[in-house]
Amino acid sequence: MSTWIPLWMHKLASPPTFYRVAGAIRPWALALALLLGAIGLYGGLVLAPPDYQQGDAYRIIFIHVPSAWMSMFIYAVMGVAGFVALIWRLKLAEVVAMQSAPIGAAFTAITLASGSLWGKPMWGTWWTWDARLTSELVLLFLYLGVIGLYHAFEDRRQGARAASFLAIIGVINVPIVHFSVVWWNTLHQGSTVNVFGHSKMAWDMLWPLLVVTLATKFYYAASLCARARTDLLDLEGGKDWVRKIADAEARP
Amino acid sequence: MSSLHEFLSMGGYGAYVWPAYALFFAILIADSLAPGLRRRRILRELRARLARHAARTVRAAEPPSSPSSP
Repeated sequence: MSTWIPLWMHKLASPPTFYRVAGAIRPWALALALLLGAIGLYGGLVLAPPDYQQGDAYRIIFIHVPSAWMSMFIYAVMGVAGFVALIWRLKLAEVVAMQSAPIGAAFTAITLASGSLWGKPMWGTWWTWDARLTSELVLLFLYLGVIGLYHAFEDRRQGARAASFLAIIGVINVPIVHFSVVWWNTLHQGSTVNVFGHSKMAWDMLWPLLVVTLATKFYYAASLCARARTDLLDLEGGKDWVRKIADAEARP
Repeated sequence: MSSLHEFLSMGGYGAYVWPAYALFFAILIADSLAPGLRRRRILRELRARLARHAARTVRAAEPPSSPSSP
């Protein structure tokens, strides 16, 4: 193994250690997600004023935009983990990449569905082949492709490596989704929130959006911990540490 | 008109806003329940496998011609 990686990272990457650490992180991440989600959605649904053009319909933004950001963020995580899995053959990286896919697909589906429900009253249509909408739909298909390819192999680790390769190729779609509103002048609006510059949004509306965004990050951490733990139990089924857990949970 | 009714109507857009929120929560609740169900299934199957293996080991340890005890 490479010497530049600190020892604690090697230890963390060992399945029993990661199982324990993820189990300790999960409740806190989930609690923070629920707390921040409640605060953010209260701010967005109750405290924030109606939009001067869209009335109350704009309130879909408080789930649509955080979900859209998560759909890209999780894909990026999956791509990086997939890269690590292919280069270093690290089992934990395979697990993180493959267990991120369903969560990312869930957020992508929410983005598309909530966008559709927002588009109908504002644009007059549920769907249009706009550049942003189309590239986001491609993102969903990439997630489903990764999940499908992963399950198409008898050997789980072989499937994880093949699907990681597909995930890495699909990373090209992430900047396309992001810049689609700049590169093509179609229906979807440009970005309102700018990380590095001035956001074109009133603070009353912006803070709930940012708080919900943080909540979805913590939700992802919690969900990934739960999924990775479960997957490690499955992958390491023959090992002693998993047998101990199975035995311990058999007793009521 | 009560303020709750006003809140639920979302300025006439309730039919779009609430389904979006309902989908958000439904999908995320399903996502958070899935690993727990899979975990229970994995551990149940593992215990069954270990029990079968243990039973096989015991049978193999017995002498083949030994009469079954009453």
